[in-house]
Formats: sequence, structure tokens, C-alpha cells
Amino acid sequence: MNKGVAITGMGITSALGFGIEANYNALLSNKHGISFPELLDTKHKNLPVAEIKRSNLDLENELQLPSNHAYTRAALLAIHAIKQAVRQSHLDDEKLFTTGFISGSSVGGIDATEKFYKDYDSSSKNRRFIRAQHPGFTTSQIAKYFKINGYSSTISTACSSGANAIMLGARLINSGKLERVIVGGTDCLTKFTLNGFNTLKILSEEHCKPFDENRNGLNLGEGAAYLILEADHLINDKKVLGRIIGYGNANDAYHQTASSKTGEGAFLAMKKAIQTSGLKTSEIDYINAHGTATKNNDLSESIAIKRIFGNHIPAFSSTKAFTGHTLAAAGALEAVFSILSLQNEKQFANLNFAETMQETQLKPVTSLRSVSMQHVLSNSFGFGGNCTTLIFSKNG
Amino acid sequence: MGKTIYINGVCGISAQTEEAIFGNKPLEYSNNIFPAVPVDYKEVIPAMALRRMSKAIKMGLFAAKKALAIANEDIPDAIITATGEGCKQDTEKFLESVLDQDEDLLTPTSFIQSTHNTVGGQIALNLNCTGYNVTYTQEDISLESALLDALLLLKEDPEIKNVLVGSVDEISPKITRFSYLNNFLKQKEIRNLDLFSTASVGTITSEGAFFFSLTGEKRKNSEVEICAVSTFKEIEISKISDHIQQFLKQNNSSIEDLDFIVLGKNGDQIQNGIYEHLEKDLFINSTILAYKHLSGDFNTVTGFAMWLTCKIFKNNSVPEILRLNSGSSKNPRLALLYNLSQDNSTHSLILLKKV
Repeated sequence: MNKGVAITGMGITSALGFGIEANYNALLSNKHGISFPELLDTKHKNLPVAEIKRSNLDLENELQLPSNHAYTRAALLAIHAIKQAVRQSHLDDEKLFTTGFISGSSVGGIDATEKFYKDYDSSSKNRRFIRAQHPGFTTSQIAKYFKINGYSSTISTACSSGANAIMLGARLINSGKLERVIVGGTDCLTKFTLNGFNTLKILSEEHCKPFDENRNGLNLGEGAAYLILEADHLINDKKVLGRIIGYGNANDAYHQTASSKTGEGAFLAMKKAIQTSGLKTSEIDYINAHGTATKNNDLSESIAIKRIFGNHIPAFSSTKAFTGHTLAAAGALEAVFSILSLQNEKQFANLNFAETMQETQLKPVTSLRSVSMQHVLSNSFGFGGNCTTLIFSKNG
Repeated sequence: MGKTIYINGVCGISAQTEEAIFGNKPLEYSNNIFPAVPVDYKEVIPAMALRRMSKAIKMGLFAAKKALAIANEDIPDAIITATGEGCKQDTEKFLESVLDQDEDLLTPTSFIQSTHNTVGGQIALNLNCTGYNVTYTQEDISLESALLDALLLLKEDPEIKNVLVGSVDEISPKITRFSYLNNFLKQKEIRNLDLFSTASVGTITSEGAFFFSLTGEKRKNSEVEICAVSTFKEIEISKISDHIQQFLKQNNSSIEDLDFIVLGKNGDQIQNGIYEHLEKDLFINSTILAYKHLSGDFNTVTGFAMWLTCKIFKNNSVPEILRLNSGSSKNPRLALLYNLSQDNSTHSLILLKKV
């Protein structure tokens, strides 16, 4: 087993709350963040979503931004999350200046585009948001806020973006290209994505039921989560929250949006992650599954898990029934949850589960469990066949 | 910087062709937004599939497959794609139907094809390639991000021997026109070949796809070496030269070693000031080329600069249309590509060497 890359800070904003403590408490008490759209301007008020009940104006005011700023919701959510991580890792301005930043986002600031699209031609008022549509702009804005001058880039691989950003960060530290990097992902609810997923008929009108025989779709969510990764020689007496010891990326090469029946991409991503970690499959104690609660994903992922672990399937659960599917942020949110699992020796409940899937008969963790663990595996899969697996371990 | 990476196959689709540039008959356009020259997509993409594809998917898939074919490569071990603004045509189509139809009676095709990783995913799907697959989108350093990942991957993972890297950006009817509104584009229409003689705010734009088949080892068909790729943020003009010199030094090179420099000059007044500072200072004795009067300016246009440099090495000649000064251009072997981001904050450096 390799030593892994140290995590010295984390931050999260989700429908479960702002900050590690609020999120952890919600996970402990089975308090989900699913509601109906109140802030999102949509007519689909019947579709459950994990919406953060703070308006952009609230989020801006807390950050004391100038009135002519071009921060969209995804950038605002990210800044709130990164502030927590920076505080925890004791990074001052001087350190932030040389830090790298890798962020995942699927739709960047398209919430601004859908608001102003029809007005850009006639009014100059909001034209500073034209470029804000693109995820790279979101990342640049966040970097500017923190005065990060190190290498900054954006990964956009749909729902595995955040996981890929974490993977790249770990690789950059392992190769010595960077000594410190902030990694994670952000996405906000938009009319664009809600309607998009709705046309694919994969949104549930109920609270989503990952891995259940009668699952009928996902609930969209929004949020941001970021980790601070540091090379060992920078850590000194800082507390190491956990380590990234394995990562794997593969493509399902089956369909633009659907997962293959054999779960090939998921299988290969998990296999590669386990290989880079140097662990045996029996050393994985718990899986934070992708588990979106669509018919297709959960079956494909279950089959892939069976192919990897055979008859010794680790405890697993999906936390998407808590947070909704936060798209590019999902892998980052679940990285934070994986570290919380290791730190507190807790396996979180897979809410709303009643009946095992006929095809695979796999039963997730249905209520909070206290178990001593060393290694947690986290899956993130996305459109375009993009599959990524991360493996986290306790420090030391 | 460590290991050298080799380019074994290149394909570029843009508003120009190799014949036009090297035959000194550059294609001329009279609008500030101009399209890529159509290619025979049917050659590598089935007609049925073509009908559903946006320009970005078509161009990306075509360029990717051609680059692989030239390199004599079937399936790469990794596919790394870059795009600044993603699949704008499908994004625009879906967004307009959401807005115009008030979220009613929508169809999924354009949504499915709107994500930034569509092209990367389609290439994997077409090649049945299950390897490493990532899409970068970081404004003007999207392609540089993809190249940096490729360099890292070929170095760190012994299982990865060949990597397909490329970039794609397309124009779309509405969103590209928004670039007039935020002054990215010149307000007055100009002829593309007049770009460097028209002093005003803004530039001209187009689209393209540029793919490169890379290996960590030299092969018979290796034509160009990627010596190094780097990006840096710097807003003080006077400090840019130091960054460039440091980059060259790290790669055991210096300004004097460079046979030519490819500048990303785009005709914008403010950018001109920054480029001219370098031309009169650091690059005073160098052979300087520029290309955006041919390609237009867009986020992943450094792919055009790379493609062009590969062709200059291959043809062993520097077309007149690219020259900003009269420096020597005999037997060029080493080139530095420098580009400045649209917001003048981020700089890109790519060092290429003829094999």
C-alpha cells in the first residue's frame, strides 16, 4: 500500500447544510435535504430536488462582493465551501497565492445564461455574465476570489467531474508538480439541467430510492465540496484528515448517457483504483456508491461491484437520497463523506431502501452503522461513459 | 522537465487548409465570425450518425480518427479532450427550447449532446476505447491543461503508451454572436487578412478541432517532440519576459536557440500592446510568426498553432503570410508558441522541436 496524498482541509455546502458539522449531523440523524424547488425558477414544482435554501443575494452578502460582480451560483457555493477548507488547513494569503486549484463543473454559470439570454441583445446591464456561462470562467472567478495564482484548471466530465478533479490533484502532488492544491467540484440547480434530466425521464417524482428494486429515478441536487491536498513536507504539525491512496479512471464506451449492462467502465475504474492503492479487494471496508437511483445506473454499478468483489461484497450505500445528485459536485461531496466515514467509523444509511434488486440481490447499509474502517472506496460515473473511482484511507 | 513526448499523427480542421497556407493562397473571409472549411466527414463517420451530430462532434471525431490513422494507431490508451466553450450548438438548441417552449414538450437529444465531455465520450464510443478519458475546459488554457495531463500520464503510468489529445470549439448562431456584445469581437466587420492592420478593440473568431496522437517513445513516424508545456498567471507586463526565459532555461534552452516564435496576436488593441512589448524586448532578434488572421481567435486556438508548427517542420518552410518580421527561417527545428488569454491574465507556452 502506498502512503497516499494527505488531505488537510475540507469544506462543503449542500442541501444538508453549510459546513462539515451540519452535513455530518444530518447524515447521523437521517435528515435528508430533499424538498421542492422554491428558489429555482421552474414550472416543475412537483419534482423533488435537493435545493440549498439560500438565495444568491444571501450568498453574496455573506461574502461582501461588490454589486457589479460576475459570480454565478456555482461560484458562490464553491467559495463558501473553500472558505471552510482554507480555515481548517490554516492557509494564509501567502500560501493561497502559490496553491493550485482544480475544479469540476458540468454547467458552470448556465444559470446566469438562462436568466439573461433573452436580454443580452437589448440591454447591456448583465453582459458581464456572457462569458460566465462556461465552467472555466467559474473556476477563474473562484481563483480570483482567493487570489490563487497557482495552476488552475477545470474538468468537465459530467457527473464524475469532481472525482476527476480530486484524482488529478492527487496525481499532481504525487508527481511533485504541485505541493498544495485545492480540489473538488461545484454545480447548482438550473432550469437547463432539471429539464434535461426530465426529458430523459430519469427524474423521480418521489424521494429517490438508490439500489431498491422499485427505484424510479434520481433527484437533482446542488452543492459544492473541496479538499485541500498537501505534499507531506508541508504538513508539519497539521492534522491530516485522511489520505487518497487510489484512483482509477475509465470509459464505459457503451452509450452517450446510459451505462452498459456489464458495468465495464465502473469495473475498470474500480479495478484501476484498487491497483494503484496496492490494496487487496478484501481490504475495502465500505463503498460510498454512485447510486443515483436510476434503473440503469444502480443495476450497472451493482454488477460491476459484484464483478470486482465476488462473494465478499463490502458494506455499501449511496448518500444521494440525502443530497440529491449534485452532478459535478457529487464526487467531491462523497469524498468528504468518505473521509467522515473513516474519521468517525460510521457507515451512512442508504435512505428509502426497501427491497433488494431482483437481478443482483445486493442490500445496502440501511441504517447508520458504527464500524471500524481503514479504507473507503467512492464511485462517480457520468454521461459520456466517464467513470472514476477514488479510494481513501485513514491517516497513518 | 523530464520525459520527452512525441507527436506521431496530427489532424486539424479550421478555417484554413494546409494547401491554402503553404500555397500562399490563404482563405479570406469578410465577417468577424467565420466557419471551418468543411471536410468529407463521411470518410470516417457513418452518414446515419452524422445527421445527429453538431459541428463540434463531427470535427472532433473526424480529427481524432484521422490523427490516429496517420499515427498508425488503432485504439489509444487514453483520450484527453479540451474545449473552451463546449458543445455550444446543442446547448443553444436545448436552452432556446426550454425558454421558448416554457419548459414544455422538450426532446432529449440536444441536452444529451450539450455536455462538455460529449466529444471525448463520442470518440471513446466510436473507438470502443475504455481507457482513461477526461475533458478539460479552462478558457484559453483548455488545450494546455489536456497536454499537461497527457505529459503526466505518459510519465507516471507504464501501462499508458499512447495518448490521444485534442481540442475542439465550434461557433453557434446566437452564443457566438454574444461576443459582439462583450467586445470580444470587433464591432466593425473586417477582412480576416487585415487583422493586424486594423487597430481597434476586439478580434475575429472561428472554430476548429486539432488532434494529436502522442507516445512517450520515439517511433519511426515521430515528427515532432513536445519538449514542454506551461501556463502562468501574470498581470504585470514587465514580468512576462522573465517567466518565458525561466521556462526556456528549465528546458535547457534559450531565446537564441529558437528558430521561430509563434505569437497568439489577435488584433485587439490592448493585447497588441502586450505582444508588442515582447516583440521589442525579449523577441527583438527572433523570427516572429502570427496566425490568428488565418484561424480567428477562440479558446482552443493554440491547437491551430501546434498544427501549424507541425506543418512548418514537415514542409521545412515558413509561409510568408505568417511572418511578422523578416527573420531567418532556414531549416527550422525549434519553436516556441506563446499565447495570451482573452482577459490578459494567463499565459501559455508550448515548446516544440522537429524530430
